Amino acid sequence: MILVIVEQREGKLNRVSWETLTAGQAIAAETGWPLEAAVVGGSLGALAAEVAGKKVAKVYAIENPKFEPYTPDAFAAGLKQFLSAKQPKLVLMPHTYQVRDFVPKLATAMGRTVISDAIGYKKEGDKLVFTRQMFQGKFVADVSFTGEPPWFVTFQNGAFRGDKVEAGANPAPVESVAVEIADGGIRNKPQEVFKEAKQAVDLTQAEIIVAVGRGIKEQKNIEIAKQLADALGGELAASRPICDSGWLPMDRQIGSSGQTVAPKLYLALGISGAIQHIVGMKGARTIVAINKDSEAPIFEIADYAVVGNLFEVVPPLIEEVKKAKAAG
Amino acid sequence: MKILVCMKQVPQKDAPLKLNEAGTWIREDLSYEVNEPDAYALEEALRQKEKHGGEVVVITSGPTRAGQVLREALAKGADRAIHLEDNAFVGLDAFNTARAFAATIKDEKFDLIFTGLQSDDYGYAQTGVILAELLGWPHATIIMQIEKQDGGIRVKRELEAGYFQYVDMPLPAVLTIQSGINKLRYATLIGIKQAKNKPLRKVTLAEVQTAIGGNLQKIEKLYIPQKTKKTETITGTPVEMAKKLVEKLRNEVRVI
Repeated sequence: MILVIVEQREGKLNRVSWETLTAGQAIAAETGWPLEAAVVGGSLGALAAEVAGKKVAKVYAIENPKFEPYTPDAFAAGLKQFLSAKQPKLVLMPHTYQVRDFVPKLATAMGRTVISDAIGYKKEGDKLVFTRQMFQGKFVADVSFTGEPPWFVTFQNGAFRGDKVEAGANPAPVESVAVEIADGGIRNKPQEVFKEAKQAVDLTQAEIIVAVGRGIKEQKNIEIAKQLADALGGELAASRPICDSGWLPMDRQIGSSGQTVAPKLYLALGISGAIQHIVGMKGARTIVAINKDSEAPIFEIADYAVVGNLFEVVPPLIEEVKKAKAAG
Repeated sequence: MKILVCMKQVPQKDAPLKLNEAGTWIREDLSYEVNEPDAYALEEALRQKEKHGGEVVVITSGPTRAGQVLREALAKGADRAIHLEDNAFVGLDAFNTARAFAATIKDEKFDLIFTGLQSDDYGYAQTGVILAELLGWPHATIIMQIEKQDGGIRVKRELEAGYFQYVDMPLPAVLTIQSGINKLRYATLIGIKQAKNKPLRKVTLAEVQTAIGGNLQKIEKLYIPQKTKKTETITGTPVEMAKKLVEKLRNEVRVI
């Protein structure tokens, strides 16, 4: 059996859950293994029914007030009980910050392993292999399980199409599952979730984004990227290392820990294209990458590739953009 | 506070990587550096020690070359180092690496263990969390701030999309540290000199062999990703490239 554990927060399904369900449906179709789903939380309301509308054999509603607020102790303890009883062959989850916080603990508690942040799968004969990026996306690896099931896999945000999830002909049955979590078994005491400061810039609304990465070398060089953004009428953004260095404020960061954007044009200057950055911008309609390293992973997803020194290319580019704009 | 920092040596960011002949791993004749989040983990440990006293111990596993990250850490102020030295450690999965570390430190009493949030080579983001479970300790991941308080610590976890959360937790605990939690220091000349006299314990594969087992997952094949997108490469002098690109932006992308 394949089990997809969907993620919910405050009564809403995290939409990457649909991506994982799409992956589960595809693997089920290829292997012939039945597909089931589980929803976990303090109080699930109509969530299980929402998942049961999709093409799955069954949905488990695993409810316990101790799941709220989220702690790795409660999730690992509750899911270990459930999975030990059900013994699924394959357990699929989205690679969210929450899942990566508890799933290695859960798998270890069961003496199992996780293939984390996978981007796809292949069935080779009887064997399932999962593909995942290595060396910051420069290579891809086919990884197989060599131990006993349950096999845990987490899928990267965007690896599958959430909008392609198949609806079921009839609603799947929902089974309530009770798990016990011992008093005193939860050691962490989480406080309220908060946002640091009001985001001054909403990059998600920008049609054109000029983003800078490590290749910009020095803080003072940010200026030419700013000039290019201004010439194009776009917003300036950056990869994480630039914001970590304080060269641009955190609210201009694109990537898994920053904003996720899908502009008409994403112009990447000196960005190598680490996975954490790519997940935040691969939805852009057109990606232009300027980078001196011809093997930079950013070129894998670029529509237009300029292999060259950005300090030589950007100044004439600013001039040409200005000329074109002036010419109307 | 007695803090252990788990560090890893990874290929340098700009190093050109080549596959080995079997297509199962990279050729290892290249330049290496410390995994970036691990450098922040070390810096945080040093700052905690400066505030609260105690000891900072660094640990790594890998062949002789991996000792460089330990020497750098000692030069920056770590008190002693542990090197699980064998080429075989490179091929261990996260579960086995954590088991080897747990066995190595079983007689030590750390208050905190730090790891970087993930490595730049495998990118599993698992070793720290697995280590916590093996030790029976609580953990928290992607940490941006650590404050000592009565009976434990308060940490700031980074969540997705600009959200954060404070978590109170008891000690001992394992924390995975996010890049950017602090500003990195450089090693001083005097630090580099002092590092030579600091204790470095070497651990052989044989010493931890009974604690580890077969890997539970295996890299069957490593390869260059297949392109899913058609990329048009723009060539010429910088001015020619700028002209061609603007033409595309105007006529095809239609943003000018």
